[in-house]
Amino acid sequence: METIDSMSGTTLDPRLNPSRAAPKKGMTLSWSDPKLRAIFWQVVIIGAVAGIVWYLTRNTNRNLESRHIATGFGFLFQSASIPIGESLLDFTPSVSTYGRALVIGLLNTLKIAVVGVVLATILGTVVGIGRLSPNWLLSRVTAVYVETLRDIPVLLQLIFWYGLMQALPGPRQALNPVPGVFLSNRGLKVPMFDWQAEYWWVLLAFVVGLIGTLAYRRSAKRKQEETGERPRVWPAGVLLLIAFPGVVWAALGAQFSVDVPALRGFNFQGGVTMTPEYTALLVGLVAYTATYIAEIVRSGILAVPQGQWEAGGALGLHRGKVMSQIVLPQALRVIVPPMTSQYLNLIKNSSLAVAIGYQDIVSIANTTLNQTGQAIEGIFIIMLVYLTFSLSISLFMNWYNARIALVER
Amino acid sequence: MAEANIAAAGAAPLPARERPPANIVGPVAWARANLFSSWWSTAITLVLLYVILRAGWGFISWGLIHAIWTVPQGANGPDTASCRAAIGAGACWAVIGEKYRFMLFGFYPFSQQWRPAIVVLLFIGLFLVSANRRFWRKELALIWIVTMIVIGVLMWGGILGMPHVAQDQWGGLPITLILATFGLALAFPLSVFVALGRRSTRLPAVKMLCVAYVELIRGVPLISLLFMASVMFPLFLPEGVDIDKLLRAQVAIILFAGAYLAEVVRAGLQALPKGQGEAADALGLSYWKKTLLIILPQALRLVIPPLVNTFIGFFKDTSLVLIIGIFDLLKSGITAIADPNWQGFGNEMYVTLAVIYFVFCFAMSKYSRGLERELDRARRR
Repeated sequence: METIDSMSGTTLDPRLNPSRAAPKKGMTLSWSDPKLRAIFWQVVIIGAVAGIVWYLTRNTNRNLESRHIATGFGFLFQSASIPIGESLLDFTPSVSTYGRALVIGLLNTLKIAVVGVVLATILGTVVGIGRLSPNWLLSRVTAVYVETLRDIPVLLQLIFWYGLMQALPGPRQALNPVPGVFLSNRGLKVPMFDWQAEYWWVLLAFVVGLIGTLAYRRSAKRKQEETGERPRVWPAGVLLLIAFPGVVWAALGAQFSVDVPALRGFNFQGGVTMTPEYTALLVGLVAYTATYIAEIVRSGILAVPQGQWEAGGALGLHRGKVMSQIVLPQALRVIVPPMTSQYLNLIKNSSLAVAIGYQDIVSIANTTLNQTGQAIEGIFIIMLVYLTFSLSISLFMNWYNARIALVER
Repeated sequence: MAEANIAAAGAAPLPARERPPANIVGPVAWARANLFSSWWSTAITLVLLYVILRAGWGFISWGLIHAIWTVPQGANGPDTASCRAAIGAGACWAVIGEKYRFMLFGFYPFSQQWRPAIVVLLFIGLFLVSANRRFWRKELALIWIVTMIVIGVLMWGGILGMPHVAQDQWGGLPITLILATFGLALAFPLSVFVALGRRSTRLPAVKMLCVAYVELIRGVPLISLLFMASVMFPLFLPEGVDIDKLLRAQVAIILFAGAYLAEVVRAGLQALPKGQGEAADALGLSYWKKTLLIILPQALRLVIPPLVNTFIGFFKDTSLVLIIGIFDLLKSGITAIADPNWQGFGNEMYVTLAVIYFVFCFAMSKYSRGLERELDRARRR
């Protein structure tokens, strides 16, 4: 023990011995001291930036004064005369407040963002896998789709889709591709079942079933790791996810009715409406973003070494199983980080709604700042909303990425 | 005995696996392997074939067979009756023939439109020269500066006998090219400083400033910056000073591009082995000598392909300026068909605009991918 210590002692760098270390230099007022230079340059740069900010603020204050523009967020509580066509909350122009209008805009942005992200992910994954298909025609068609749409500005695509929606026939001559679905220049009408109070219990039963299935799957996995045999999960899953809510539904009286849109007079009654603006925005954003997601999925799959496919085949798994169990989980590690920035791009691009008249947060904030003249507050609200989105999605994706990242031992 | 066996084998038909292989070359075999390898693949092929043939035929019938290419000139403007009759069945390409000057050059005085036309050619020439690796040296910066000055002189005029044209009359393709190219050229030096600042360890305050700038700009949509340029910048200026809307949009695009380019440059700085900087330090080079002579020449070379991709993004994103009322290519095209004579022929115009954007973007992305492969090969060797 002692010998080892003394041996390691001899190999120690003599400079690490405090009595032999170079004398610690105090701060000297010399230009050749890098610390002093660093402080000097930081003071100069921060001072310059602060000076510019001060100059701009002074100009702004003078301009606001001379133009008699109010400042502050008092306008949020004033009544707004903005006609709003599409909202998830009640809104009465010139009675409801600007604050309420902005909340409606925010909800509309969320409505397009959530649906858009989900659909773009599905379409992008299908197209990305399709580009790698051994079927020549499929891989060509998906390649042409990706290469064409990503080289055309998304704004032009949105304007095109909106023009197409407006060129559709009126409600009386609406296109009817599937019974119950109507496509006209008033938007897309689809049937919707009526929501009954009892459905909340059915939903609760489904959630309970979902938790039960996940717990059962986890125990099956543990059993597989211990004994090598995996109990079948899907019968329990069917029982818990479908049969159990079904029984609850039947026990509560099995109520079910569908609200099918029908032509009455000059417009449709019933069903759920997707306005032309929303439909155009959704189709345009999904089609555009899916091209980028497809490329990410494709490069993620290609990043998995060929040997993984071959090893899966050698174990006797068929192609689909190799893809879902071996290749995709590994590809996800490559896919997730760039996917995050595509989701953020989709959300930021949803601000182009203002060009085709869908009332998202940018559109309503823009109307607000035009009516009140309070440009700074309006822009501040827009930026705050998008920064919050960006930050929260980045945080969530970082958490998810850390969870699926390769654990190195 | 052995001979009899051979004779018997010769007479009997060969077992199946010894039969000569079915065609493994030729179109039939190719189709069997690539289009009809399984019933699943066959189903996909048939469905896609049906869709392609239908859509393709629909487009050919609309765009070529039933299309109308010219219309007669009436007493008050062109007579579009024949086009109106064909709506839904055939395209009316006459609208492009009638309006292409406005689509390309906007409200620029008609007799002077040769000037923006030369500007467009200058831009294309500039891109071609910059794409050639033989010209990747310091003189290229000089070529860019000279070309940009010439472009400014041609667009503004006022000297050499060219009448002055105010900025609010500019429009069309030159605007799109100016916003994207000047945006990139002016944002690039900014982005190099920001990237260096973000990587600096000695200047924590400057680093924080750079991080805040990049993350703030990348977190908000370009639209919000353009709105800021259109409604907030005038408030920032001292009274009596007024700068043009186009210039304000250009500033917004430079600020936006600077943040994105800074991340591209930072990736290049990070990809450079640490030993390069340490070696420069060991030689006793100052910070600026180290950065300018050792770090940047290597780091910037690495980021050229992603730089081109970022430029493609800006080129498409400049179309957003239509929302604040600047006449770029997209806005000029849309305004051209607002003419009551030509209302209702939007699709023809959209197709034409899409083709113009596509040609520029596709050429650039093809180039960037080829370059990436080439640089990659050189590095692997």
